Amino acid sequence: MEPKPLSAPIWNSSLHPPARPTSAANAGVDDVEIRSVLLARWAGAARSLRRPGFVLAACFIVFVLLAAAVPEWLRRYDPYATSVSEKLLAPSFRHWFGTDQLGRDLYARVICGSTLSVEAALAAVGIALVGGVSLGVLSGFVGGKVDALIMRGVDVLLALPALLLSLAIITAIGFGTMPVAIAVGMGILPGFARTTRAEVLRVKTLPYVEAARLGGASAGRTLLTHVLPNSWGPVAVLATLDFGVAIVAAAGLSFLGFGAAPPAAEWGTLIASGRNFQMTAPWLSLLPGLFVVATVFGLNHIARTMEELWR
Amino acid sequence: MTRYILGRIAQAFLVLWGAYTVAYLILYLLPSDSLTILLTASGVEIDTLSKTDLAKARHYYGLEHGALDQYLRLLWGALHGDFGVSLTKGVSVSSLLAQRFPHTLALAASAVTLSILEGLGFAYLVAALRWVRIRQALQRLPALASSVPVFWSGLLAIQIFAFGLGWLPSSGNEGFAALVLPAWTLSLPSAAIYAQVLLRKFSDVWKEPYITTARAKGLSRAQTQWRHALRNAALPMLTLVGLQVGNTVSGAVLVETVFGRVGLGRLAQEAVLRQDVPVVLAVVAVSAAVFVLVNLLVDLLYPMLDPRIARAQRVG
Amino acid sequence: MALTAALRASSSDAIVEVRDLAVDYHSHSSAAPVRAVRGISLSIARGESVAIVGESGSGKSTLAHSLIGLLADNARVASGSISIDGQDVTHASEARWGQVRGRSVALVPQDPMVGLNPTMRIGPQIAEAIARLGETPARSHDAQVLALLDQVGLDQPARRARQYPHELSGGMRQRVLIAIALAGRPQLIIADEPTSALDVTLQRKILDHLERLVKDQGISLLIVTHDLGVAADRADRMLVMQSGQIVEQGPPAQILGAPCHDYTQALLAAAPALAVAGGLSVATRDAPPAKEILRFEAVSKDFALPTSTAWFGRGPRERLSALESVSFSARVGQTVAIVGESGSGKTTALRIALGLEKPSSGRVLFEERDLTRLDGHEFRPLRRRIQLVQQNPYAALDPRYSVFDSVVEPLRSFGLLKGKALESAAKRLIDQVRLPRAVLNRLPRELSGGQRQRVAIARALALGPELLFLDEPVSALDVSVQAQLLELLDVLQRELGVSYVFVSHDLSVVAAIAHWVVVLRQGRVVEQGPAAQVFGNSGSDYTRELLQAVPGHRRPRL
Repeated sequence: MEPKPLSAPIWNSSLHPPARPTSAANAGVDDVEIRSVLLARWAGAARSLRRPGFVLAACFIVFVLLAAAVPEWLRRYDPYATSVSEKLLAPSFRHWFGTDQLGRDLYARVICGSTLSVEAALAAVGIALVGGVSLGVLSGFVGGKVDALIMRGVDVLLALPALLLSLAIITAIGFGTMPVAIAVGMGILPGFARTTRAEVLRVKTLPYVEAARLGGASAGRTLLTHVLPNSWGPVAVLATLDFGVAIVAAAGLSFLGFGAAPPAAEWGTLIASGRNFQMTAPWLSLLPGLFVVATVFGLNHIARTMEELWR
Repeated sequence: MTRYILGRIAQAFLVLWGAYTVAYLILYLLPSDSLTILLTASGVEIDTLSKTDLAKARHYYGLEHGALDQYLRLLWGALHGDFGVSLTKGVSVSSLLAQRFPHTLALAASAVTLSILEGLGFAYLVAALRWVRIRQALQRLPALASSVPVFWSGLLAIQIFAFGLGWLPSSGNEGFAALVLPAWTLSLPSAAIYAQVLLRKFSDVWKEPYITTARAKGLSRAQTQWRHALRNAALPMLTLVGLQVGNTVSGAVLVETVFGRVGLGRLAQEAVLRQDVPVVLAVVAVSAAVFVLVNLLVDLLYPMLDPRIARAQRVG
Repeated sequence: MALTAALRASSSDAIVEVRDLAVDYHSHSSAAPVRAVRGISLSIARGESVAIVGESGSGKSTLAHSLIGLLADNARVASGSISIDGQDVTHASEARWGQVRGRSVALVPQDPMVGLNPTMRIGPQIAEAIARLGETPARSHDAQVLALLDQVGLDQPARRARQYPHELSGGMRQRVLIAIALAGRPQLIIADEPTSALDVTLQRKILDHLERLVKDQGISLLIVTHDLGVAADRADRMLVMQSGQIVEQGPPAQILGAPCHDYTQALLAAAPALAVAGGLSVATRDAPPAKEILRFEAVSKDFALPTSTAWFGRGPRERLSALESVSFSARVGQTVAIVGESGSGKTTALRIALGLEKPSSGRVLFEERDLTRLDGHEFRPLRRRIQLVQQNPYAALDPRYSVFDSVVEPLRSFGLLKGKALESAAKRLIDQVRLPRAVLNRLPRELSGGQRQRVAIARALALGPELLFLDEPVSALDVSVQAQLLELLDVLQRELGVSYVFVSHDLSVVAAIAHWVVVLRQGRVVEQGPAAQVFGNSGSDYTRELLQAVPGHRRPRL
């Protein structure tokens, strides 16, 4: 039974006019183009991102990513060039971070080290994202026994402290950047599974999802068009936060000696080798660490801004 | 009630068993050839061995009967406290654990206590502040603290307090003074997380209607925060403390390395460096056991503290 | 006692004196502050009951909170003055307000379910208010708490004092909140929407009790409400607020009988229960015989309660009987209203008919097909003929979908139309629910509650269903918007010949739209029949109690 077309709308005049007074005048006369909503959805977000803190953090992160991708552009000195006459110099205008025990410019080494460190962190988050989100969506959407099983598995993984789980994986597959990435990734995967599952469960029970099902949408369609798009917010926030966590975790593992072998530089190994000279040249271990802190703090800030937007 | 307790205990055992199994799978089944690893750890080059020697080695390490058999034997041993023999040091793993455990326990326990006090205290004080600007600035501080890698903050603390001011030693195992810096360093990441969560919770609780009821009675802000807000905001933190135990144990590995302390953490680091598999398995198993135990205690304690769970709802 | 009130009277007879008050809300951005209260003057005499009536956004809550110094952190008194009990408190310090709150002015907050500290026992929460006074020694506080609990009508006061809020029902919690307010022996009690969270029969009991208590003790009462009926029944004087200003005030008889201002008249017209003198005799509809489209046959539903995992969790599982042998039918082109309070099972009945739950026994027949025997796959074709409009308009639309996307989604799910045909279908549907076509490109967050509900109705009608279920579709909306929506539903029914099954707890809403009424109580059908009969000449005590409890009948009209 198709709805009958109207000849002229009838307006109810005995009560308040509807909230938008111009509508009465448009009755039956206006005709609008149907437009895509993408612009409307993101317009509000773009405006909110003009905060100074966010811009600063975003710029720094872009800088770090650039340093990881094309380190040659951002440093003056060759990180491997030793110079006996210039060893253990304190930070100055010539050498922003000073030099190490072999006369190598520390700033250049930090920039160069970002490649491996960022690579490891990105790979770790990638692994965790793919694995964790799939498990979380499966668990939350299907529910029942599948959910119980997956969540028990996640509980088991969570019982193993992250660093120790990583240590076990490293023992098994060896040292290096990729093993570190896998080890760290497995440590943050359970968090993604849980967060995704919680969001899927929350959205699944919302009235508009029920309305879609009652409107004839299949389970798959509901999942793709309603549940996933409305659940990804907290996951994106977690991904940004965990990028920082992965950087710190990877740095920790390479600090302990399980990362890439020297002379390749990762932030963790730089800090570790700087330890030997801490009394006389504290900048060797402290400045690379400061760089890590700045990166992670920037990521935290971006994640928090995103979270505020999402709320 | 007994049913609930028994249920939780059974669940805890299951999770612990699962964790042990996962650790076993990673350490013994993941590598393409575990025999090579085990031999290298013991200081033997695999190429120098003849076929009969290899067979003997396989028998010695229990690899000849297949994975399941080895797993069951290891599990059986672990349940009896026997974790095998260290490949690099040649002594029983359990004795190594027994030696180091008390040190790590002291470190971890003090760190956990400190972190709760720091996190709770910071959040409470900041939430009580009336000047909005200062409060907003202080609210950023925990985020900064959680961006700091624990090994770096250890180095920084050594630089300032040991080498700079000379107040505290930079390393050592004995005495209270040697515990201060490591415990405080280890407490910071967890304290930062508690502070962040509690700040959010205080802010949420403050908007609850029962706070309005309390203030309408004539209670001052400070009184309301102490009597009504604190308990409701802090109670959920108990579960968080349980979860953070894992991070504390992880952090202990790094802190013990930085401060040169004896403990399970350093043991683990040395073991991984030399691929001493039985030791790694044992340390991982013990850490998992600690985590599971603490969380079990939290799960059993929580209903006692939260009246909504303890008493079944009755409508009069 | 009236004597106490007389003894308390000072030279000024007003407990509250507000002059030209203006309150602004400041936002974080540098946008101009929003003025919520504009130049309001009012006074409340001792022992007087005053009601402030207004819809959401009228500023009534802001006004009430300014009288107890509990404005939001970003709200400020821009100009004017407030004096309580002869003292100017307009810019009083927090310490000063601490003296006033609880002692001169007390508050009974809106939602009893969340108004009490969940981790503190009832007794100490009341004792706190007594201790604030500092007038009596600590030893006697326990006895005073028990006396108060008794005064507000709680049984077994000693037991209740030791319980936690979640162990009490909503009505009991409301009584505890009243006890807390009374504990400080205030001169004015502000009751903020005192009954919106409770069932109508319970509302009546509690308000009766409160009225008695304040009259006995000579306490002034300020009721802040959106419900004209409640205001008319309980107040000596009514003030109608709109957009921060008082548009009319006077005794209820005058306001209801001869309203001067347009807005008051509109409010009255929108609340049909009040529009007619002497009670709920609305022009109800006849129920002419017509073909049956839906039939419930002895439908029952039991739920097994989850076993508690707490300390005391023994024994067999309890079963909750949500529905017991419910039977009724819906006819083509007519509306069946299912009425009941919370716990009556009305929502369960709806969910069974839609296939979202399975009944424990009984059948639901749609054109001689049993809906309860169908699985999800078999039900799907029927979705084109049976649809639902949900209760909460704020969660009924996907926030990422434009109105256009939401409305045509059912058409897309069944793959019925594409491209231009889809667009013109959307335009037709939007026209049908009397919304401007420009709305099609908007996001839900840009629409009001009433507009969102119209979009939800348009979506439900997209597939051209013959039967529409409506689950409390107007209860989340303001009264004037409710009336518009009900009128729309009426028009649609006449134009399209759609049958409605309308679930509601609000009898006045039901009266406007129903042909046939089914009254449910705790899962059982207490009464059913044509609307005229159920409302005019009910055979059941319970129905009559429900009708009596609808606020708006106590005062005679001019």
